[in-house]
Amino acid sequence: MKILVCPLNGPRPVSEFAYGGEVRQSPDPDTCSDAEWSSYVFNRSGSPGVKYEWWCHIASGFWFIALRDTARDVVIATYPAEAARRPLEPHRGAP
Amino acid sequence: MPYRLLRFGLSRKHPEPRMFTRHDSLKSGYDVVIIGGGGHGLAAAYYLARDHGIRNVAVLERGYIGGGNTGRNTTIIRSNYLTPEGVQFYDESVRLWQDLGEDFDLNLFYSKRGHYTLAHTDSAMRTMRWRAEVNKHYGVNSEAVDAAFVKRGIPMIDMSCAGHAPILGALFHEPGAIARHDAVAWGYGRGADRRGVEIHQQTEVTGIRLEGGRVVGVDTTRGAIATSRVLCAVAGFTPRVLDMVGLKTPNYVHPLQAMVSEPVKPWLDPIIVSGSLHVYVSQTARGELVMGASLDPYELHHTRSTLDFVESLCAHMLDMFPFLSEVNVNRQWAGLADMTPDFAPIMGVTPVEGFFLDAGWGTWGFKATPVCGKTMSYTVATGRNHQLIEGFAIDRFARYQLTGEKGAASVGH
Repeated sequence: MKILVCPLNGPRPVSEFAYGGEVRQSPDPDTCSDAEWSSYVFNRSGSPGVKYEWWCHIASGFWFIALRDTARDVVIATYPAEAARRPLEPHRGAP
Repeated sequence: MPYRLLRFGLSRKHPEPRMFTRHDSLKSGYDVVIIGGGGHGLAAAYYLARDHGIRNVAVLERGYIGGGNTGRNTTIIRSNYLTPEGVQFYDESVRLWQDLGEDFDLNLFYSKRGHYTLAHTDSAMRTMRWRAEVNKHYGVNSEAVDAAFVKRGIPMIDMSCAGHAPILGALFHEPGAIARHDAVAWGYGRGADRRGVEIHQQTEVTGIRLEGGRVVGVDTTRGAIATSRVLCAVAGFTPRVLDMVGLKTPNYVHPLQAMVSEPVKPWLDPIIVSGSLHVYVSQTARGELVMGASLDPYELHHTRSTLDFVESLCAHMLDMFPFLSEVNVNRQWAGLADMTPDFAPIMGVTPVEGFFLDAGWGTWGFKATPVCGKTMSYTVATGRNHQLIEGFAIDRFARYQLTGEKGAASVGH
């Protein structure tokens, strides 16, 4: 059983969590072009890498951010959702 | 016979013909380079050589042919889709499957079984009726059937599903079939090889050279190749290859797991799918039950197996077939499914001239192998999208014109 460390609930089995996709910055819908908007809506960074992702602890409804290597399925760190309010540091290399 | 076999094994000469020619080196250039030696890539090579006379083709495969999702799927072939685009496309594929074995002179163990998509709720029944009507409109043999029909077709099933998901009816698709997946890759590979196509295994593409927005060559671990046309058919590796040409798509990769039981006496003739219980199952000619479920719940580029998957799939199998409780699971494995938001593939020409894409095959690619080969070879040969794949074009997302096929996915992913 894979364990994820929730910033609120501590280490819990991964089956208690829902994956919410990569943390992404939305372009300003009032000023961006149609192409920029459709790219934001649909396109994803599909290649493997170390990514900031949204996760939710379902039982407590708590959303947070995990830094995860999607090639090896290793969670490097987790942060409370407030971390998304400021720009996230690009992660360099393996932990 | 054992002595003959022993003598054959010990002798220096092995006169039996090989399936493919081994080429010691790559040529400096090809008319077409196909990245990915799975069913789709090999089928495209086969039809390029057979139907379009383009024989100076290289198929580059990082591992071994048919070792990706071609060898990892649950081999179900059907055309009971939801959108007109999907139904016509997959139906052409089912037609091609019928005489593929004869084309190849190779036994594909193509076995028509009939395919039940079980409905456990009123809303599921509604979707089955919808699919049946779309199917019939395009001449595909599908019908919505009631619970009694299901019980007659699958006498061993517990119609109440352990009491918590009673079966109300199903979509019955008579042409539903299974086939031997390795033989599909070998058949297409041998056919292409005999027509002059070069298959290079253990040859990884490391870069694609562009000049002025068009393809001019491919870099590999065995040297550089000049070419003006590249077909990318790499399933779960699609995003990595797209990064090489700077294309963005909605493609995202989740693992899809499957498992197989020990062989038992034949008792299950049709193919059974239950969207609500997240199960699809068929019994092979050898008696094994081949079972699959929904995607792993998060992005991952790794083919590891999990106990969670086996536990939940076994629980749902036992809901339908409680007598299997003593049967052992023999193997489990995973493949990398390149998903799309609308559950339809991304095929055809791209904004990069000379770069053709056959991707977004998620969890539904095996059944489409022949028609993908046909349509992609046409598209590569002429530079224009084949009429059957127009609904799958890469620019449909920018136009917000999706081809919503999720209702026809085997299980609710």
